[in-house]
Amino acid sequence: MTTGLFFVQALNGLQLGILLFLLAAGLTLVFGIMNFVNLAHGSLYMMGAYFGAATFNATGSFVLAGSVAVPATMLLGVVVERIALIRLYHRDHLDQVLATFGLILFFNELVRIVWGPGAQFMSPPEVLSGSVDLFGLRYPAYRFAIIAVGLVVAAGLYVLIHRTRVGMLIRAGATHPDIVAALGVNVRRLNTLVFGLGAGLAGLAGVMAGPILSVQPGMGEPILILTLVVIVTGGIGSIRGAFYGALIVGTVDTIGRAFLPTILREFLERSLAQAAGPAIASMLIYVLMAVVLAIRPQGLFPVRHA
Amino acid sequence: MSDEGRQLTLRKTIAAAVLAFLALVPVISAAIGEPYYVTLFTRILILALAAVGLNLILGYGGLVSFGHAMYIGIGAYSVGILAHYGVGSGWVQLAVALCVGAAVAVVIGFVCLRTSGMAFIMITLAFAQMLYFLAISLKQFGGDDGLTINARSDFGLFSLRTNVALYYCTFVVLIAVLLGVSRLVHSRFGMVIRGGRSNGRRMEALGFPMLRYKLTAYVISALVCVLAGVLLANLTKFAAPSYMAWQASGDLIVMIVLGGMGTVLGPVVGALALIVFEEVLTGWTTHWMIVLGPVIVLIVLTANKGLYGYIVERDARRRLP
Amino acid sequence: MSLLEVAGLVKRFGGLAATDGVDLTVMPGEAHAVIGPNGAGKTTLINQLAGEIRPDAGSIRFDGREIAHEPVYRRALMGLGRSYQITSVFPEFSVLANVMLAVQAHAGHSFRFWHPLVAERELVERAREALTEVGLGPKADVLVASLAHGERRQLEVAMTLASRPKLLLLDEPMAGMSLAESERMVELLSGLKGRYGLLLVEHDMDAVWKLADRISVLVYGRVIACGDPASIRENAEVRAAYLGDQEVVA
Repeated sequence: MTTGLFFVQALNGLQLGILLFLLAAGLTLVFGIMNFVNLAHGSLYMMGAYFGAATFNATGSFVLAGSVAVPATMLLGVVVERIALIRLYHRDHLDQVLATFGLILFFNELVRIVWGPGAQFMSPPEVLSGSVDLFGLRYPAYRFAIIAVGLVVAAGLYVLIHRTRVGMLIRAGATHPDIVAALGVNVRRLNTLVFGLGAGLAGLAGVMAGPILSVQPGMGEPILILTLVVIVTGGIGSIRGAFYGALIVGTVDTIGRAFLPTILREFLERSLAQAAGPAIASMLIYVLMAVVLAIRPQGLFPVRHA
Repeated sequence: MSDEGRQLTLRKTIAAAVLAFLALVPVISAAIGEPYYVTLFTRILILALAAVGLNLILGYGGLVSFGHAMYIGIGAYSVGILAHYGVGSGWVQLAVALCVGAAVAVVIGFVCLRTSGMAFIMITLAFAQMLYFLAISLKQFGGDDGLTINARSDFGLFSLRTNVALYYCTFVVLIAVLLGVSRLVHSRFGMVIRGGRSNGRRMEALGFPMLRYKLTAYVISALVCVLAGVLLANLTKFAAPSYMAWQASGDLIVMIVLGGMGTVLGPVVGALALIVFEEVLTGWTTHWMIVLGPVIVLIVLTANKGLYGYIVERDARRRLP
Repeated sequence: MSLLEVAGLVKRFGGLAATDGVDLTVMPGEAHAVIGPNGAGKTTLINQLAGEIRPDAGSIRFDGREIAHEPVYRRALMGLGRSYQITSVFPEFSVLANVMLAVQAHAGHSFRFWHPLVAERELVERAREALTEVGLGPKADVLVASLAHGERRQLEVAMTLASRPKLLLLDEPMAGMSLAESERMVELLSGLKGRYGLLLVEHDMDAVWKLADRISVLVYGRVIACGDPASIRENAEVRAAYLGDQEVVA
């Protein structure tokens, strides 16, 4: 285990964390403000990847793919919200879970019918297909770009949430949803805005993930569940929680998978380490979540409700 | 309910009809010369069993666990792993499955019950996913492909070798569990759980330490799913990570809501309806899930009480609980 | 020996002290009313006494025991009953079933899985007694969802009574009641004091003058005055902060 390898994996962890943040930011707002369990968020991520892949395969341009995928996913999110989800806001969580579960099944089968069961191919843009030099270390330029884009988006979100009027409404909606409604704010429009924003972020994550992860039916759910772990660990409704939670989950998962088997081999006999290593590594973030919940059930950076 | 006398209500007639039909499936199947139906309906009974278990905390307790399929997996893998090491005794496999299931349920249940509402749902889903990945990572037990089981569990007193024997064994287990659940929901324990769903805050204020009751209910429901898993492994002679996939947990919830939450027989009706529906759809197109998805959404949106639940409600409006 | 003794209770939310050093006692059998303007922190106080909120500082002694860190259910089992400002019952169950839950909580553990609860004659009788005491006897088998608002409030009290409490914490029991319903509730509560201690948060001053043995006035999280109704009525500070200068009809 060299320090170079460690840094590369740490950066990979950061990159995964950034992707998770893009998904978690939108989803935690939907959970926190609208009190709505939206399991179909992973499907929006998947659709973003598919819109991107389809555009890429038609035009060969990654930039075009991105420019189409994000608004398209945002639009799709708004349409789904207006047609189906809006009727579920006042229903109990079970109904929301079931309905969005139905949507997952629908979208997974839809992409299977339209694009087939295999994976779609997408490659990063030419300019980013090489590697960058970081302190003597070589790291894929594309992954580095994901981190950069993600951090820019995070900064933008921060400005939006903390420095604009809309952001103030969103923050108010997260802590005192009933008061916001009572103050005459058009809650419906605010909800659609929050949902659309989340959908756009999910679409962005999807199209960026396209070249490095497989674009295939069902790709949304494993990421969704990781996102749920992030949100629960960070604190429902909290963007700060989503940010730090995502980075923690991303790095722990990546570094754990990369190094735990090797570390275990130092202490345990080879065959046992061979078996236990990947097993424990895959459970690592869930154990982390359990520990956080045992100590602080409301999450690491909870939103404070008065 | 039962102290209302022997009135032949619609509800009781339908319940009797469903159970009678299920009791006669192997007979009917032999008569029409289609042994496949025995296997199909065994699968229905097994999933119905798991759904009945989950309904205990979901329908009656209001705890939406989106990860109960993991206990089916524990049951199946207990059989598989023990069989892999040459332990074919059904009693040993069952005992191990129940012990492991109970231990896991106590730990995971305790962590999950520290939260409520949407956090609870997400955490149960996350833990199920954890076990799913664990199963996949265990290469020596088949990993992603699953684990083949050479022979069905040997229970000594009776044999599960034939499909019909397995069917009736499963049927008897289901009836026994249904009986237990029907008593439980009117017992002290059942009322506490149901009160918790209705108004948890008030229950604490009345003096009930709700955590221990909810945890107990969680473990009981998990063990019923473990039982289903043991039977499933015997049916398919296979233990696979897919038994614990999140979709499997979702299917259980669909069955419960489709059949009628908060009724004893509802999940059985729901399982019957869902799987028959799937079988019929599969006959038409391989892309049947694109129909199932919106159908589930529609079921939720039309806010009905489920197929069997609707009948129970009609009856209840005439007499009071 | 006081039944309830609160000393130096403090609770802060962010920068605001909702409870700012509250001292209060309730003697056995006493009806003690807590009055004050909106936002004075009355519900926060009740929530801390019941155990739903942990105080930041101070002590709560009930029946001689320090309970400030005990969970809600244990306080209930010790004899601290509570009713809610916004009716909190079990709407899907019958009136009798609601009260039976209250009785059941104090009748041993509930890890009984087989025998139906309705077959436990003793519990049923105790539940019916509590219902008769509040005047809901004939409605025992009615679904709560079909009760009138006033009847639901009566049910609340019945449930609190069925727990055989020593002290009842009543959070605005008159809330939302018509004149007739209020009168019935005042009658009911008058019948209870003496046998049970009552700590009653109320806005309905008619009810307070009729029921209270002592009154504490809570303003901005502090008790600015405590005494019998006559002295409170005369108290200039209290009139300035809350009662105003109207002549109160006894």
